[in-house]
Amino acid sequence: MARYRSIRDFDWPLLIITLIICALGVLQIYSATHDYHTATHDYRDAWWKQVLYILVALGLMWLAASVDYHTLMAQTPILYTLSVLALTATFLLGKRVAGGRRWLFHLQISEFVKLVIILVVARYLSELKSDELSARDLFKLGGLVGIPTALVVLQPDFSTGATYVPILVVGVLLAGIQWRHVAAIVLACALAAPVGWFVLKDYQKQRVLTFRDPSLDPQGRGYQVIQSKIAVGDGGMWGRGVTHGTQTQLRFLPVPHTDFIFASFAEEHGFVMVVVALGLYFLLLMQIVQNAQTAPDRAGVYICMGVATLLLFHILVNVGMVVGYVPVSGIPLPLMSAGGSNMISVFMMLGLVNNVRLRRFVS
Amino acid sequence: MSPRHPERGRPQEPANRLLRDDTQFALSRIAVFQYAAVAVFLFLLSGFWVLQVRDHEVNSELAERNRIRTDPIVAPRGKILDREGRVIVDNRPSYRALLSRENLNREHLPAIAEGLHLDLAELESRVKRYSSRPKYEAVPIKTELTRAELAFVESHSDAQTFPELEVEEDSSTRLYPQDGMAAHVLGYVGEVSEANLDSPEFAKYSPGEIVGKSGLEREYNDILMGVDGQKRVVVDNMAHERQVLDKIDATPGRNLQTTLDIDLQAAAELSMEGRKGAVVALDPRNGEVLAMVSRPTFDPSKFEGHISTQEWNALINDPDSPLLNRAIQAQFAPGSTFKPIVALAGLETGAIEPSTTFYCPGSATFYGVTHKCDAKHGTIDLHQAIVKSCDVYFYNVGNRLGIDTIAQYAQMAGLGKKTGIDLPDEAEGIMPSTKWKLRVKNDRWYPDETISVAIGQGAVAITPIQLAVAIGGLASGGVWYRPHLVRDPSVPNQPTRGNLHQENIDTIVGAMRGVVEEEGTGTSARIPGIEVCGKTGSAQRISNKLAKANRALAQELQDNSWFVGFAPCEHPEIVVAALWEGGEHGALSAPIVRDVIKAYFDKKARQAQLKPQEIAWFRRPGPAGPLDEGPLH
Repeated sequence: MARYRSIRDFDWPLLIITLIICALGVLQIYSATHDYHTATHDYRDAWWKQVLYILVALGLMWLAASVDYHTLMAQTPILYTLSVLALTATFLLGKRVAGGRRWLFHLQISEFVKLVIILVVARYLSELKSDELSARDLFKLGGLVGIPTALVVLQPDFSTGATYVPILVVGVLLAGIQWRHVAAIVLACALAAPVGWFVLKDYQKQRVLTFRDPSLDPQGRGYQVIQSKIAVGDGGMWGRGVTHGTQTQLRFLPVPHTDFIFASFAEEHGFVMVVVALGLYFLLLMQIVQNAQTAPDRAGVYICMGVATLLLFHILVNVGMVVGYVPVSGIPLPLMSAGGSNMISVFMMLGLVNNVRLRRFVS
Repeated sequence: MSPRHPERGRPQEPANRLLRDDTQFALSRIAVFQYAAVAVFLFLLSGFWVLQVRDHEVNSELAERNRIRTDPIVAPRGKILDREGRVIVDNRPSYRALLSRENLNREHLPAIAEGLHLDLAELESRVKRYSSRPKYEAVPIKTELTRAELAFVESHSDAQTFPELEVEEDSSTRLYPQDGMAAHVLGYVGEVSEANLDSPEFAKYSPGEIVGKSGLEREYNDILMGVDGQKRVVVDNMAHERQVLDKIDATPGRNLQTTLDIDLQAAAELSMEGRKGAVVALDPRNGEVLAMVSRPTFDPSKFEGHISTQEWNALINDPDSPLLNRAIQAQFAPGSTFKPIVALAGLETGAIEPSTTFYCPGSATFYGVTHKCDAKHGTIDLHQAIVKSCDVYFYNVGNRLGIDTIAQYAQMAGLGKKTGIDLPDEAEGIMPSTKWKLRVKNDRWYPDETISVAIGQGAVAITPIQLAVAIGGLASGGVWYRPHLVRDPSVPNQPTRGNLHQENIDTIVGAMRGVVEEEGTGTSARIPGIEVCGKTGSAQRISNKLAKANRALAQELQDNSWFVGFAPCEHPEIVVAALWEGGEHGALSAPIVRDVIKAYFDKKARQAQLKPQEIAWFRRPGPAGPLDEGPLH
């Protein structure tokens, strides 16, 4: 098994930042749900469930750090095949929630596939011998990432599927891409966009339209954005205090403990703590990037950068949605949003980053 | 397994599986990623800065508007009481059932529809219609729940059975007497519509407020209505109330004590049963209205909230005009009930003496036109002319007086002009004169027209209340009080005094006693033990010529039957005028008046026999038997 120099080599700053963010998340979940219960649902225990998820995730993080990432990468064909099979099974047999089949055995498979995608991209790119990707490589890699992406999008879960793509894009940019290929891809996307509009489901079109003008649908999608922005703005400089945000406590803010947790955080903690929280996320990303810079090999670089990219994308889409800069989607805020699958998946990614770090001096 | 750990050495690996370990390649590109991350975070922070720092005030305001709701507290409307403080119009709470859409389970709908006697398909489509509305808006499914339906909701709305079922107390509803009793006097209430706001009377209200739309409800709306309060509450996104911030209590409307007497009203209602017309009972000594009935009647409770267009049109287009308050709005020729006034004019001006006689051969010709009489009365004096209702006598009197003298005395008695009763939309009637003819028809008055007017035909048109006031005031010594339903001590009721000669009044009253007590036309108004005076009237609604030409129309437009009576004959306490549309002959209306007068004196006798404490019990204000029964209390 893995051998590493010392437990001291573990990225403690990264872990501490992670746990601080998690703590802010648990506090906010508590605040948003301490008296949230309807006739059919009781959310009041969400905060300690979250604590349990974090504990489980810490264990799995250690596991992801322990098994040498080279060993893991060697298993990517099996992991990839399993992922595709599991996504297919989810699509066919999964539990239908909110219009999509996303859950299999209480797990959101698509969350864990992210890890596999990171490993697959890292392995493919680190096996390249040229400094620039050929068109052939682009097609092969595109296909490898495209199949699970398509399966997730078909669930239908467009936004989770969309999170796989940045891993590919940043990986390809790091590996080196020819300008003419960039031009070709941009052109292809521009041509595909109108076609894609017809492929989009009605509710997805609606989201895009209401993003452009929330007043189109003040009670549905637009309602969420409008209420989220009010919640954020209501917080002001210093916030309204834990359990005192009216938008959160009176439920004008939709799902204040999951997708819109950062809006309720902003309402109750104010601009100052928003700066602190986003600062923590930024530090976390920079810590991961630092691990990429000191990685022992290209595979380590790709793994760390894949994780960083994925987290940055999540933060951009989720927090951007909260302030109305990005269309509404069901993407959780890593480490804060209530929910087990994403929490475990993110901790395992951070485990992979540590995995790379622990092996940096041994090469 | 292929161990690929660097320490284990990689040379064994096939070349194409080699992992490249030069990490310097990407350092500059990683730096680009870092700059991109900085840009992303600054981009996001700018969003927070805009919302939380720059636009904080605006957003706080919006959040405030989200959570604070101002609810009106509806002031209960005052009750309407009778002269003894007994409740005529009360309020009752009404309940409505709602479906909360948070907890809605469509499988429950059939059971709910059955329990509340609703059509399932309609209920389902109603729920469907709400699907595009915000989730916190509950679906109202039934208003005016009956007791059984309320019990159903309350016993089934628990979390296990039908958690979506809710009941809400509507603002209180007016509880009117059943069967349309006194409906025209009481009036009805309704929502102020946008159209109402154009009229100055309603301009001070806001749309949707419940105000009086007719009758006493409208006339005394300001007293009855009270002032709504309001409370500001914190609500959540489901509009559930979480906290009351502040509250201004409603000022309830004041009760309105009327001069009506329920017992007399009930007697008058019964006496008009199955007839079309009106009865008014007044106290001629002060103008207080004791009873007022108009038939056909309507149900005032139909108007509160939303009357359906269909029901409204049915009421409006009903040829019998049930909404018309005939007591103050029906304008008809008074017929022979007009004769006492003509007699008064004759005596007061000296045109005739009580002993003046005329010869009645059964008809008389004036200005080339022959006017008929009911019988050949022969030589007849004033007393007998009134007792037998001889038309020829009064043709002659009228001819001697001329139209303007008749009009002068009729107007003194209040005929052909509004009495000023405290009810909206009173009709004026017509008392023709030379001036009137010039103004309205732009023509001179021809003396032969006076002949018809002298017996209460022709252009003259009065309302039942005018008749009651005129005869009551005449019998009380020529003192006419403005009739009213509510005593207002701040406005003294100054009567019109005619300065008449008492002997002339005595002559006329004596003749009116003869109408009932001698072999006159109104003998069916007799009450044993009580002296009743009265006068019949049978007024044509169609000329004799036209009646001959069109028998069907004549059948439809049968003579109106009038009777006006008062008692006792000396210093009368009550005067009653009855109009029975199409009742053929005045003698047939006499029993209507008799019943009301009898009810008055029966009650008086009953109260005189009761011991004082029993009277106190009798007069105790409170719910009065059958009036107080409604769907719910």
